[in-house]
Amino acid sequence: MTTRADVCVIAVAECFRGDGEIVANPIGTIPRIGGLLARRSFEPDLVMTDGEAMFTDAAGAIEAWNPYRTMFDVVWSGRRHVMMGGSQLDPMGNHNFAAIGDMKRPKSQLLGFRGAPGNTVNNVTSYWVPNHSPRVFVETVDVVTGVGYDRAAAAGPAATRFHALRRVVTNLCVLDFETPDHRMRLRSVHPGVAVEEVVAATGFALAVPADVPTTREPTEAEFVILAELDPKNTRGKEVPEPE
Amino acid sequence: MPDKRMTVEDIVGELRDGMTIGIGGWGSRRKPMAVVRAMLRSSLKDLTVVSYGGPDVGLLCAARMVRKVVFAFVSLDSIALEPHFRIAKQNGAVATLELDEGMFLLGLQAAAWRVPFLPTRVGLGSDALEKQDEIRTVTSPYESADGGPGEEFVAMPALPLDVALVHQNRADIGGNAQFLGPDLYFDDLMCQAAATSFVTCEQLVDTADFAKLGSPHTQRISRLWTDGVAETPNGAHFTSCTPDYERDEAFQKEYAAAAASPEAWQQWRANWIDISEADYQARLDSRRGLAAR
Repeated sequence: MTTRADVCVIAVAECFRGDGEIVANPIGTIPRIGGLLARRSFEPDLVMTDGEAMFTDAAGAIEAWNPYRTMFDVVWSGRRHVMMGGSQLDPMGNHNFAAIGDMKRPKSQLLGFRGAPGNTVNNVTSYWVPNHSPRVFVETVDVVTGVGYDRAAAAGPAATRFHALRRVVTNLCVLDFETPDHRMRLRSVHPGVAVEEVVAATGFALAVPADVPTTREPTEAEFVILAELDPKNTRGKEVPEPE
Repeated sequence: MPDKRMTVEDIVGELRDGMTIGIGGWGSRRKPMAVVRAMLRSSLKDLTVVSYGGPDVGLLCAARMVRKVVFAFVSLDSIALEPHFRIAKQNGAVATLELDEGMFLLGLQAAAWRVPFLPTRVGLGSDALEKQDEIRTVTSPYESADGGPGEEFVAMPALPLDVALVHQNRADIGGNAQFLGPDLYFDDLMCQAAATSFVTCEQLVDTADFAKLGSPHTQRISRLWTDGVAETPNGAHFTSCTPDYERDEAFQKEYAAAAASPEAWQQWRANWIDISEADYQARLDSRRGLAAR
């Protein structure tokens, strides 16, 4: 039987479709499994890290040394698609994982800016949200770490030239920015999820098309790969089955 | 070749209140912890700490030695958020300059190259630029790639350091140093950005022995950039120092738990800070002995 976590893995993998020979850098349990699955199936030229300082192939052999220093060369060249987690996202794709409240004296200090500003203006960026809720999807983020479409436009052509937010995958649905004004749009709902459920779990007005497709389930061949990549079902711990 | 050998206490003796101090490593990886421990036993204060932050930042903040932290993250890696740093920041006890990881790199590079800033796309549109007056922009004097007018970029200011502190796997008495793990991080750049740099190492070796330990590509810090060197075995504990040892996760958990209350911190401080480095290592040995039995 297909689980919600299985569908999330496939939705992540689909984000990398067509990317070719770039670094796929999905961060998180399900993102990493999804990226590996994409490389094992329909996107075999993807380059991926071992989570540390090496590019390793599907068999684990080291293809190249890639310490933090050279990862910035990759990011700033644009040859990368990152999928990052986030604590807050707004309708234009602005992202926050630095702090909740005032940036300089926050209620809750989180990660900091990490690589989010550089990622979003240099390479393709997608987001992963394992707990879709109005606390994450907010009208305005407290700190702009990852740059959304409106903020990039306001910053000028150097900010927009290579800016591309592709998708947001959550435990409920897939979202994108493929609207005339780049306002976040519901792209598909996962099997068993109603559009109303997504709307209620989102703290701003999403663009919702008249017909919302259902996110596809894994193929039989993908199930075989999934069992090899994640035999202990760690994905099910990140996104448990809904009750 | 000069003999630059010092003790960890000698290194801390060179530090002054109000200094800007760069600390090498990344997160909870290869931090010069023996020097940080010696700093914690001193009366230093009002420091500006520049770090790809880990427990170095948390400890110095918990000990109230820090005026300002320049950071892109402060993390214990296996514990995503550094609890001691969080408390200091949430209480308004430390000022900050908050950067993207790449802006941080460019700030060090600008200082190393003795230029006031380096232009970059990184930071545009983000609150690292919009909410911090210290970060400004510059208009390119050149046409854009598509023939348009010069575009606006972030002018990442140089981050010059008074002192850099880094920990390497091996070094010689002249201050040449070798890393044997998967990543140098930015230890070389920290040294180049600093007026004065001190290297600690797991083991001092003869210069001729570097070649037996790793390829020349592991010898990334030349004595050109270093002013003192101290041998301090297990000196990165409890952070990782691959391949000599990995992170002490159990110890790190106890360190993180000590952020739960002022009393817990005082207890942890008495156990692990207000003692000499020799006693610290002896206590660790006895813990390991107990664990092995």
